[in-house]
Amino acid sequence: MEKIAEQKIIDDLLPQKFGKQGVIWVISLLAVCALGAYAYFRQLYYGLEVTNLRDYVSWGIYISNFVFFVAISLVGSLITAVLRLSDVHWSTPLTRIAEIIAVSAIAFAGLIIIVDMGRPDRFYNLFTHGRLQSPIVWDVIVITTYLLISLLLLYFPLLPDLKIMIKNKERNGKYLQKLYEFLGSFWKDKPEQFKITDKAINILSITIIPVAFAIHTVTSWLFATTYRPGWDSTNFGAYFISGAFLVGSGAVLIAMYVFRTHYKLEKYITNDHFDKMGKIVVLLALIYLYFNVNEFLVPAFKMKKSEEHHLMGLFTGEFALAFWFAISTAMLIPILILIFKKGRTPKAAFVAGILVVVGSWFKRYLIVTPTLLHPFLPMSDVPENYKHYFPSWEEWAIAGGSLAGALLVVTFFARIFPIIPIHETITETNEHEKV
Amino acid sequence: MKTNENSRRDFLATTLIAGAALAGCGSKSPFTPEDIADVKPSGEMVKLLSVDGEIIEVDKAFLKPVPEMPTVSNEEARIGIPGKKFAMVIDLSRCKNLKKCQSACNHMHHVHPGQNWIKLNAMQEADKTAPYWQPTTCMHCDEPPCVKVCPVDATFKRKDGIVLIDSDRCVGCRFCMAACPYSTRVFNWEEPKLEKAIADQPYNCETSVPQKKGTVGKCDFCPDMVRQGNLPHCVSACPNGVFFFGDILEDSVTNGAETFRFSDLIKDKAGYRLMEDLGTKPSVYYLPPVNRNFPFENNVEAEKKD
Repeated sequence: MEKIAEQKIIDDLLPQKFGKQGVIWVISLLAVCALGAYAYFRQLYYGLEVTNLRDYVSWGIYISNFVFFVAISLVGSLITAVLRLSDVHWSTPLTRIAEIIAVSAIAFAGLIIIVDMGRPDRFYNLFTHGRLQSPIVWDVIVITTYLLISLLLLYFPLLPDLKIMIKNKERNGKYLQKLYEFLGSFWKDKPEQFKITDKAINILSITIIPVAFAIHTVTSWLFATTYRPGWDSTNFGAYFISGAFLVGSGAVLIAMYVFRTHYKLEKYITNDHFDKMGKIVVLLALIYLYFNVNEFLVPAFKMKKSEEHHLMGLFTGEFALAFWFAISTAMLIPILILIFKKGRTPKAAFVAGILVVVGSWFKRYLIVTPTLLHPFLPMSDVPENYKHYFPSWEEWAIAGGSLAGALLVVTFFARIFPIIPIHETITETNEHEKV
Repeated sequence: MKTNENSRRDFLATTLIAGAALAGCGSKSPFTPEDIADVKPSGEMVKLLSVDGEIIEVDKAFLKPVPEMPTVSNEEARIGIPGKKFAMVIDLSRCKNLKKCQSACNHMHHVHPGQNWIKLNAMQEADKTAPYWQPTTCMHCDEPPCVKVCPVDATFKRKDGIVLIDSDRCVGCRFCMAACPYSTRVFNWEEPKLEKAIADQPYNCETSVPQKKGTVGKCDFCPDMVRQGNLPHCVSACPNGVFFFGDILEDSVTNGAETFRFSDLIKDKAGYRLMEDLGTKPSVYYLPPVNRNFPFENNVEAEKKD
């Protein structure tokens, strides 16, 4: 990183007010959220009847969206913990981006599960009557733990930055100043304080890795603990985790590009970062591809009768278009783009990131829905619309609203806090100089 | 439909009380003294069948509907009927796809229109194998996958083998529906269309009535009927005697007209259970569709006409 003066770093990285683009962005996200909220109100009033879920396809885009959110949140642990523990320093400017994506995604994963419940008013039953043998209860436990650790991993490195922000009073409004003081006025930049937070962050970085594996493995077990063709797979845990790291890293590529261009952070999120993240995405896409080959080729080789309808539906049947779209956009095309040096320039990497995320969303849909349309016994004695599934407008609006909500959280976070750690950037520049 | 059900219930209730009144004439009066004091004979007499099978006459004024029979508590309903282990045998060679089982079940449990707890599956294992009708109830598995995954103990396995749902506790996550390989569970996607009198009843796990919006429902083996010593509605509704119900510990099953030793029936007719390889250990046994009473094809056409 080229030498930049400390004050310049602070000026560059302190949060900025929304520009015209920012306001339009926020208003459109709010509009999507409002539509989602209206749709959810309808769902609460009329029941899940407003969805196109029925007895056979009883889990649809809410659940696939849930899986998507849990998946994307894993990137927090990858960038913050895995890279930190392996002593990789280039990723420092990306840690906070990854961590806020993780926090916001996992929070909305929890929300979307409540949206999917037939009786959200009885949510407390999970605590008053919870039974440990149900994978849902495991999910509740690990997701809450993950949210908590992620919040702490977001908060601790923020403390020195809070002090910087409190000092720069003139840039903050009255309420923001109060918020910063509430969160960080006890921080005095003392060496003991650094020692404690460093230690805490280390411990959290170590603990978050098994918890991160747990949240997505347990999420995969919601499916793999059933008998259904397409879900009944011992491959599922690893398959989900590898896919999760991939989609999260894709999201980080997108966020890197957006923040870099919007806040003019070219000096901090450099071409080199895109190059390195691009390589990581290639590696992760290859790993995910490997698990996909395992997941589909092995049962397809045997073609057991129960699996046959499901697999043929994906390969050549009614889901073929979506299936091959997902495989190519989530894995094949991003690999082809990012494997070349020219593909790892910011703009190309951004496009690859979008492909990964969009493809991965469809991939989750294809994991959830087609299986449910291929039960063991024939679909009989049900109305015709029970035998198909396409989400209703309420489902789209709610799923879209949750995605917009997650983006809003990230957006507001970047408005209130420095999206690139100021203090750590200063320290690293100084260390860099010494070398 | 609903009115029929009510009048039937009232009739049962009145008969019960009248029967009790007559049987216990003298020493054990079911009426409290005030009740008797209040009742003035109307002079209008009604003919009734007593429990001993005699036709008797009672003054109409003495016929009063008894309050709803006290239902078992949630705790009792979760334990089950002591010393019993229920099983069902479905004889596929007798099934003609009349769906009387289904309509009786839907009627008695007020199942949502369009949904069914008993499904009639047209089965054909392979191109060249014979097709047959397979009524599918809840299997009441001894290793129920639905119970394993339920996060709140809303669906539970009782000591008498029956798997029930507590609709007052169900959170509507539908994990049980995904877990059940027999696709037996249905969901109340909207507010159940029930008569007010029924909707206002407190939910009873043993009758599975009234169904509640946002919760799961399914075949319950009619434990309320069984507790009274009666057969489940599907068993008594089937004119062809397809369904046999009984207690495995007593080793006997009956369809109301015929009673068999359960173990002999399974042995002689080579009974089997569905998806044995999954290890769910169902309580429902099937007798293979051999020496059938009805050809399959005729009913396919009947089905199409419907």
